[in-house]
Amino acid sequence: MKKWSLLVLLFWAITASVWAQKTDHYLLKNVRIHTGQGDIIEEGAIAVKAGKIVDIGPAKELAQKNYKEQIDGQGQWVYPALIAANTQLGLVEVEAVRATLDFREVGYFNPNIRSVVAYNTDSEILPTILSNGILYSQVVPEGGRISGQSSVLRLSAFNWEDAAVELDEGTHLWWPKRFQFTGWWAAPGPTKLNEKYRPTIAGLQLYLAEAAAYCQQEAPEKKNIKMESMRGLFSGEKRLYVHVDEAKAMLEAHQLLSPYGVKLVFVGAAEAWRIADFLAEQKIPVILSNLHALPRLEHDDVDQPYKTPAILHKKGVKFALSMQGSWNQRNLAFQAGQAVAYGLPKEVALAAITSNVAEILGLSEQIGSLEKGKAASFILSKGDLLDMRSSQIMAAYLDGKLLDLDKDKQKQLYKKYMDKYELEMPASKN
Amino acid sequence: MRIVYLCLLLYLGLGASLLAQRPSFPENGVVDQREGCYLFTNAHIQTGPKQLLKNAQLLIKEGKIVAVGQDLKRPKGAVEIDLAGKYIYPSFIELSSNYGLSANPKKDNNQGRPQFLSDKKGPFSWNEAIRPEQRADQLFSPDKKAAKALRQAGFGLCLSQQKDGIARGSSALVFLGEESAQEMILKGEAAAHYSFSKGSSSQDYPSSLMGAIALLRQTYYDADFYQKQEAGLEYNRSLARFNELQALPQFFEAKQRFNILRAHKIAQEFGKEYIFVGAGDEYRRLEALQAAKAKLVVPLNFPAAYDVSDPLDANFIKLGQLLHWELAPANPAALAEAGLAFSLTTEGLKKPTAIWASLRKAYAAGLSEEDLLAALTTQPASFLGLSEQLGTLEEGKWANFFISSAPILMENSQLLQHWVKGKVYSEANLQADDIRGTYSLNLEQKSYQISIEGKAFKPTAKLTFADSSQKPIKLKLDYHYPSLSLSGKFTADSTAPIIRITAQWKEGSIIGYAEDEKGNWLNVKGQRQAAFVPKKAAELPKRDSSLNWASKLRYPFTAFGHTAEQAPKQEVVLFKGATVWTNEKKGILENTDVLVENGKIKKIGKNIKLPKGAKLVDAQGKHLTTGIIDEHSHIAIQNGVNEGTQASSAEVRIGDVLNSDDVNIYRQLAGGVTTAQLLHGSANPIGGQAALIKFRWGLLPEELKYENAAPFIKFALGENVKQSNWGDRQNKRFPQTRMGVEQVYEDYFSRAQAYGEALKKDPENTRRDIELDALLEILNKERFISCHSYVQSEITMLMRVAERYNFRINTFTHILEGYKVADKMREHGAGGSTFSDWWAYKAEVRDAIPYNAKILDAMDVVTAINSDDAEMGRRLNQEAAKSVKYGQMSEEEAWKMVTLNPAKLLRCDDQLGSIKKGKSADLVLWSNNPLSIYAKAEQTYVDGICYYSLERDQRLRAELKAERQRLIQKMLGAKSAGEPTQPAMPTEDKHYHCGDVQLNALGGWKVD
Repeated sequence: MKKWSLLVLLFWAITASVWAQKTDHYLLKNVRIHTGQGDIIEEGAIAVKAGKIVDIGPAKELAQKNYKEQIDGQGQWVYPALIAANTQLGLVEVEAVRATLDFREVGYFNPNIRSVVAYNTDSEILPTILSNGILYSQVVPEGGRISGQSSVLRLSAFNWEDAAVELDEGTHLWWPKRFQFTGWWAAPGPTKLNEKYRPTIAGLQLYLAEAAAYCQQEAPEKKNIKMESMRGLFSGEKRLYVHVDEAKAMLEAHQLLSPYGVKLVFVGAAEAWRIADFLAEQKIPVILSNLHALPRLEHDDVDQPYKTPAILHKKGVKFALSMQGSWNQRNLAFQAGQAVAYGLPKEVALAAITSNVAEILGLSEQIGSLEKGKAASFILSKGDLLDMRSSQIMAAYLDGKLLDLDKDKQKQLYKKYMDKYELEMPASKN
Repeated sequence: MRIVYLCLLLYLGLGASLLAQRPSFPENGVVDQREGCYLFTNAHIQTGPKQLLKNAQLLIKEGKIVAVGQDLKRPKGAVEIDLAGKYIYPSFIELSSNYGLSANPKKDNNQGRPQFLSDKKGPFSWNEAIRPEQRADQLFSPDKKAAKALRQAGFGLCLSQQKDGIARGSSALVFLGEESAQEMILKGEAAAHYSFSKGSSSQDYPSSLMGAIALLRQTYYDADFYQKQEAGLEYNRSLARFNELQALPQFFEAKQRFNILRAHKIAQEFGKEYIFVGAGDEYRRLEALQAAKAKLVVPLNFPAAYDVSDPLDANFIKLGQLLHWELAPANPAALAEAGLAFSLTTEGLKKPTAIWASLRKAYAAGLSEEDLLAALTTQPASFLGLSEQLGTLEEGKWANFFISSAPILMENSQLLQHWVKGKVYSEANLQADDIRGTYSLNLEQKSYQISIEGKAFKPTAKLTFADSSQKPIKLKLDYHYPSLSLSGKFTADSTAPIIRITAQWKEGSIIGYAEDEKGNWLNVKGQRQAAFVPKKAAELPKRDSSLNWASKLRYPFTAFGHTAEQAPKQEVVLFKGATVWTNEKKGILENTDVLVENGKIKKIGKNIKLPKGAKLVDAQGKHLTTGIIDEHSHIAIQNGVNEGTQASSAEVRIGDVLNSDDVNIYRQLAGGVTTAQLLHGSANPIGGQAALIKFRWGLLPEELKYENAAPFIKFALGENVKQSNWGDRQNKRFPQTRMGVEQVYEDYFSRAQAYGEALKKDPENTRRDIELDALLEILNKERFISCHSYVQSEITMLMRVAERYNFRINTFTHILEGYKVADKMREHGAGGSTFSDWWAYKAEVRDAIPYNAKILDAMDVVTAINSDDAEMGRRLNQEAAKSVKYGQMSEEEAWKMVTLNPAKLLRCDDQLGSIKKGKSADLVLWSNNPLSIYAKAEQTYVDGICYYSLERDQRLRAELKAERQRLIQKMLGAKSAGEPTQPAMPTEDKHYHCGDVQLNALGGWKVD
């Protein structure tokens, strides 16, 4: 049996090396390419140079002889690197251990807070997420009414500076709740109207008005670091992410925040389907958070959260799929798969975790789809990525470089105990 | 309309004691003892619910009824009161009130620190919620204001209890007069009272409904043992009182849905009979109440319509809430129709007099006048065992009655006087005449037309004009027999001064004086021209013939519930041409037929002929599997999943607190789940007893329980039980470390062992302990453990403890480090039920890996994948499929992890978990390979009954929408008709996980 595990180890080493690129200029061929923008290229090839895609298309249309290094994709399915929006990756290590939590700051208006500086590139969670094809993440701070600014970061890096794709790309606002629930866990009490709802919104509006006025001055006499941090928000350069679920609250948030010239993105947006026409007409993009949720109301259709993406797609709302949290991000692709089971076309579902995310986060020039000029960040799967039954991730390339997916602690423990019991390691690495 | 002999005394109330009722009291002054002998004549007397004596007389003396009849003569010494045309009713009896008592103060909440034992002074129960020593009669003092309010609502007697605690002690039956406590108490100890609410107790235990149930059950056993035990062992006033109260009528406050059935179960266990105080929603489950022969006290607090004018907000209101608004008034009628004994209470009404409007609504919804009166008079008297003394107007009974201007159900009826224990409390002066009518009124030379109208005993006045186009002018009228005062502007000119009149009314004429703005005195003379004619004749409320409440009931009473007619039925079903995942040696069979009959699988094979009358399901291209079984779920549980206030809560049972109305049952069916083990939480090393239920959507809690379930109990290890994440103040309860956890088990199992030996030796003299009973069952291999566990050290520890006591751990649930000790588990004989890929949510799951299930399975440990989550529970097929991704498990074996393997772990694989002839027809037809994320459960069968299908779901959705719209339109109608409304707001639904821990009622709670 010991011999066997040696053999397996050897096999692993071989399979890993199959995908390794030796130079920064190569061609990946014999692959089925899902571009992330709705297209599938059968028998395709991707040409990479210096971390960027320089050419892509059906293999026969590419000038293959130009590439000294050629990698045989062995018929794998290639997808753009997935982008997890609305996460706490790198800020949360163990949810129940306070010392490992860096995602929630105290204070009420905290626009100056920056998530990126707390990002732990050596978090043990990150390799497990990489293993499932998520190479980028929008890391969002929480706490207070305005919680601060998110950044879009690479999941494989040495430090937060080289992890950065886009720093401080937007500000996060948590819309107040209209209702308060009383009672306690074993005995829920009656619901009350939140009497602070209107005053809270009025306070928010005033704060934004003051910030907008402040930002009109290039060099204010008295510097206010909170207001300084909101530059870019009123010129439409950066986005205002409003975390809100209830339909009426979304309608109110739009009406009350639009006058300040901010670019709105609704995050959470569980009830977006109720007002899909409105969202499409106003061109407000939506980042749905966690499809794997129970219907909000008892009489909502049993499959409501699952079919919400299909409804938004039909109505022409720009949307992405996400899951709030950290370790659970590895299931992002299955959010998309679930939406497919409930009516969303497969390639649209893929876009909702790749190109749409990039577009909503303002990064569509750089990442999110497999196109000429974009980052050569992609993953190879043995089959359909969106279905756990067939998703077998064989390799991942970030900016043209093959990642070592075996740095995953879980795989190491797996191997350690398979060896202890002298069990045969399966061929695939997943 | 005149009163023959009656002094003004009657109006003011009697100054002195009517009768010598406190003979032991000294008298200050001269004794003034009167007989209180009155003869009421010319009245319509409702002697009982069935009998109305027209133009009859009632004679009372010394607080009791001497005679009632149609030809009584006035005895000498009796005062005669002419009630011409008025009605006399026996006083109502209120059975659920704390009248005359003040609530026990809520104690300090111990600043969030635990309190294990009672801190009440004296030799009482260990638990503050057990307070049978509480006596209402010793705490009672009459409350004039509250008494008046109840009298105005028709009540002359009240059963007063201190509404505090689980065993609440005795209540006093008191008259609602205003005399001293000594005079007003009719029966000092009239009944004993119970509830599931711990009230003012600041003690931690019980923190859940199941804990309250266990505490009450144990108290019955303890009281019984206390009676039997030899003196000197323990002196316990609470247990002694508990026993003393057993001879009284026993009332149980069961205000929440299903609590009546729960309390009834306890009553059966201990040979008791409770009278239940209900919630007003009893109409929903009449059959169960009939089967229990429940005696009931029900409220009349019919909800106001919701303000549904905003469609987004209206959407927050649940179907059950909408329907309850429509059907609640039919509750009394439904109980009467079901032949149940019930009385009515004012509890829950904004004020007692709101009962009149509620009674009219109940009548309109179908309650007969006779049943209504019985529910307020004879029925409560009978519940109290005092029918000889109370409830009707018959010779020898207490003179407790009220006089009404008209039959009480008529809109215009007014309660005029209430006689309590032979003493009058007036609401209106009976001497007052009905002065309503049209008058010509002369102020010196000027003549006016006045109309006096409104209620006979509270008339209003206005100035009218001959020219009918001119608008009448309101005047202010105060009529206090025999004087009236009238003021206002006697012209349409708004700048005109106000004229004030003071006058006497006598036989249709008004004579008096007016003063004008200049101080001139004017003679006033008026004469009634015509008597008052009401706009419409007084009549009883109209019966709502369209209500038809029975047809609107839903099972369960929620969205996606079905009407009685639509109840899914057991059928003979033939699935034709499916890909059948047998979970048996035959594996996965292509293009195969499966025949289902009598809830069992009858035949599996090719080309099975369709039996006559059978349902054919075309399963070509589809996959047929056995239903998913979730080893670890917390749905469908009411009021708490943890009784984590003690290191062991083996006495509590999830089976006591099932909630069959949880819509998550339906949602699980939609995910192909047919069976789930509902587990106690993981707050303590020894948790509570589990329940294995089948998702028989629409049936009652007891009917969900799987008949052949093996008894299980939840244990837990690690961070939750050592209270790592409960906050810094929770550092008192043992254990606080994994070291202590082992000792909890050692301690309890050695105690259980000793208990078992004692029971064997001398069962009579051994205290029955329901906590140790459960542990003894484990030692006897009659109950099995499913233990929440994470890290390898503690897993090994528990296996070794079990081995020392010669039993085995059946299942480790969660078991995220199971892969590290898979060999030891196999050797011990334990199975594992795990999450597919959860980790990093707390310190003890840092080494969790998604390959865990694969390794356990490969090591021949029976392995299941569970949910512990209402949402994930409906995607367990996907969770199983993750083992195909992580570790390349074969699809067949992966599938078994959510079907056959949990069945094995739950020891029910003889009937569940595979498609085999003779096994339970719990089946799911999938649109695709069930391990694929694209698979949908198209049809889900439990016991051969199709509880869910895509088609049925579409139908239910459409009906749900239509029914909601019907009710919303009806509510909008009610709002525009001027009925009061309440705002439409969401209700919070709690979803439990096993780490849900309640710290204390005021200190909040947390979820892990």
